[in-house]
Amino acid sequence: MSKALLGWRELKPGGIIEEPGNSSKRLTGDWRTFKPVINQDKCTRCLRCWIVCPEPAISVVDKQYSWPNGRSWKFTVEVNYDYCKGCGMCVEECEPKAIDWVEEVK
Amino acid sequence: MEELTKVEWVRLPLSTNYAVAYAAKDADIDIVSAYPITPQTTVVEKLSEFIANGELKAQMIHVESEHSALSAAIGASAMGARAFTATASQGLELMHEVLHIASGLRLPIVMSVAARALSAPISIWGDYTDLMNTRDTSWVVLIAGSAQEAYDSVLQAYKIAEDSRVLLPVMVGYDGFLMSHTYEPVSVLANSGAALRYIPKKVTWATLNPERPITVGAMANPDWYYEIKYQQVEAMKAAYEVVKEADAEYGRTFGRSYGIIEETDTDGSDLNVLTYGGIYGTLLESSEIIRKNGIKAGFARLRLFRPFPYEEVLKLAEKSSALVVLDRAITYGMPIAGPLAREVISVLYSHGINIPVYNFIVGIGQRSFTENDALKVVSASFEMLKRGQKIDESIYWGVRE
Repeated sequence: MSKALLGWRELKPGGIIEEPGNSSKRLTGDWRTFKPVINQDKCTRCLRCWIVCPEPAISVVDKQYSWPNGRSWKFTVEVNYDYCKGCGMCVEECEPKAIDWVEEVK
Repeated sequence: MEELTKVEWVRLPLSTNYAVAYAAKDADIDIVSAYPITPQTTVVEKLSEFIANGELKAQMIHVESEHSALSAAIGASAMGARAFTATASQGLELMHEVLHIASGLRLPIVMSVAARALSAPISIWGDYTDLMNTRDTSWVVLIAGSAQEAYDSVLQAYKIAEDSRVLLPVMVGYDGFLMSHTYEPVSVLANSGAALRYIPKKVTWATLNPERPITVGAMANPDWYYEIKYQQVEAMKAAYEVVKEADAEYGRTFGRSYGIIEETDTDGSDLNVLTYGGIYGTLLESSEIIRKNGIKAGFARLRLFRPFPYEEVLKLAEKSSALVVLDRAITYGMPIAGPLAREVISVLYSHGINIPVYNFIVGIGQRSFTENDALKVVSASFEMLKRGQKIDESIYWGVRE
C-alpha cells in the first residue's frame, strides 16, 4: 500500500474508532492469491455463491445479460474484487461450475 | 491559602485499607467491582458498608474472580463511570492480562493493591512481588508509605488517571498487613464533596454511547499496533509531569503533598538508603541507632515506580557516595535481583554515574526487618564502601543457610 497511514499523533488514544462502519474502507482484496472469475455464459443465477460468500463480495448487479442461445437474464452476478479475499468458497459451491479459479500474479 | 481554610477534616484511626476505602468514597466512585483477597478484603468490605448505609451512591459489582473484577471496571469506565477496584497477590496475577487491556484502552481506572507475596509456597503475608510483576503493564504505579498517604494518593490517582494528557489506569500500592491492617491516625475530608473540587467528575475520555457509536478494542494489525502502543509511551512520559502537578495541586487544595521522593538526612551523608513502602518507617526509626554507631546515613523513599522517576533518582545519586537499595521482591535469575535496584542501576549507567549500589533483598514473605536489621545492613554497606568494594549480586539479607 502506498498511501500514507496515520501516525501516533493523529490516531485516537487507545486506537478507538469514532466512525462506525469504517471497515468498508479496509480493502481486503489484496489478500488474494487466486481470484474467482464468473463465466456469465454458464452462470444460472442461482445465487448460491452470494449465500456462501462470507465477506460478502458477491454483488447482484442490475444489468441484463443474454446467453448465446438467446436465454436472457434480468441481472448479473459479479465479484467485488475490492473485498474478495480469495477464499474460494464460491468456486467450491458453484453447481454449474461457472466460476473459474485463476491464479493472480502480483 | 483561602481555599485551604475551607477544607474541614475528621481525624480517624484507620488501617491503610480503610483509608483507601474512605478515599474511594470521597472520590465519589460510580462503581466498585472486586473479589475478596487477603490482605485487600477490608477495602471492599468498607466500601460495601458505605454503599449499604447510603454514604456512597455507587454500584457494587460482585464478580467471580479478579479477572472479571477488572473486566467489569473496564466496561464501566468505558461507559464513563469513575471505576475502582482493589486486589492483591494472586488476585493481581489473575487479572494480569486484563491490566494490559485497561491501559491499552486508556481507561482511567484506579486500583489499590495491598502488596503480598505469591504462591507457591502459599504465603498470605506481605512483600512486593505481586506489584513489581505489573511494572510493564503501562499502569501508573504509586507506592504509599502511610495510611494518610494512601488516602491522599487515591484521590491524586484519579487526578492523574483522568488527565487527558495521561488517560492511563493508576495503581496505589502499600504493604500488605504491615500497612493494610495496622491503624494510624488519618485525616479524611469531613465533607466528601470537597474532594470533587480537586477531582471534578468530568469524562475526559472517549466513551461508549449508543447516541454516538464508537468502536473500542478493535484489532490492530501490524500497520497500526505499534503506533497505538507508542501512544502509551508518550502517555507515560506525560504522566511523570502530571503526577508532580497533581501532588502540587493537592498540596495547594488540601495542605498535604509528598513529591516524588521523600528524603531524610540525605545531604552530606556517608551513604543513602533508598526503598519504597512502609519499610521507610522502620528506617527512620533506626536512624538514631545508626547515628550512634558512627554512620551518617540518609534515607529516601520513592512513591512513584511507574513512570520511573529517574530525575529524582539521579539527583539523589549525585549527592550520594553509595546507594543502599532495599527491595521486597526478587527478579529470579538476575544477579542484581531487586526490581528497584535494577531500575536505579540502569538510570545511573545511562547517565554515567558510577557509585556503588548495594542491593539487599529484605522482607520477603514478610520476614521481619527490624531497626537492628537496618543498622546491620547500613553497617555492612558502609564497610564495603570504605573498602571501595562493589557488588555484582544482590545480598539476600537474613536467609538461612
